[in-house]
Amino acid sequence: MRARHVVRQLALDAGLRLIDQTKLVTAVSELARNTVVHGGGGRMSAGLLEQGGRSGVWALFEDEGPGISDIDQALQQGFTTGDGLGLGLGGAKRLVHEFSARSVPGEGTAVRVVSWR
Amino acid sequence: MSEGGPRIPILKLGHLLLVTIQVDMHDRMAVTLQEDLTGRIVETGARGVLIDISGLELVDSFIGRMLADIAAMARVLDATTVVVGMRPAVAITLVELGLALPGVRTALTVERGMALLPGPGDTDFGNAREDERTGD
Repeated sequence: MRARHVVRQLALDAGLRLIDQTKLVTAVSELARNTVVHGGGGRMSAGLLEQGGRSGVWALFEDEGPGISDIDQALQQGFTTGDGLGLGLGGAKRLVHEFSARSVPGEGTAVRVVSWR
Repeated sequence: MSEGGPRIPILKLGHLLLVTIQVDMHDRMAVTLQEDLTGRIVETGARGVLIDISGLELVDSFIGRMLADIAAMARVLDATTVVVGMRPAVAITLVELGLALPGVRTALTVERGMALLPGPGDTDFGNAREDERTGD
């Protein structure tokens, strides 16, 4: 998946530690997969951030899929080997420094993550 | 004919099978791997499978599920699966991701992994014939 390569490179550019790079790219992999599997395909955009001398990486995932009716619940869901709506959201959230998700059932979902150096 | 990309090679290492995953895997590659592995286990009667993931920089839920599925499938065929070479960053990430890998044993190195698997004496290489021993 190209998403991972793009974000991996951004993470390198921002100087993230290896463990944070790995976590971020793994989260990206999960979110990109969610977009495809649950969202019917979508877009990722990503870039570098600079804030108060800190470097970071942001990634935004958007789809026009069915949406998630209860994001809080989706976030709390444990990781199971079965497929559940929003599977991986909670996990992805734990892997990044900042996480925000917005979803309107029937319209789509947007998830934004940030990890700092 | 290749079904959607390069096949992951499965090597016979004595009485074991060794799979080395180094590339980003697509869905079809994962399915093909599971099918190939099932076939090889049955064909060789191997009772141990080593999956080397030392080349993987990340393991996400897709790969995790694939590993768990392989372990389950192998167990049905009376084979034990050991995953070796997990990178530290990957291990930490898996825990934080909350990804349990049911039925998947892990070992740091190939040597340690082999120690967890049945020895050569325990294997019969798919020969269904009974011992042609006379007498008692």
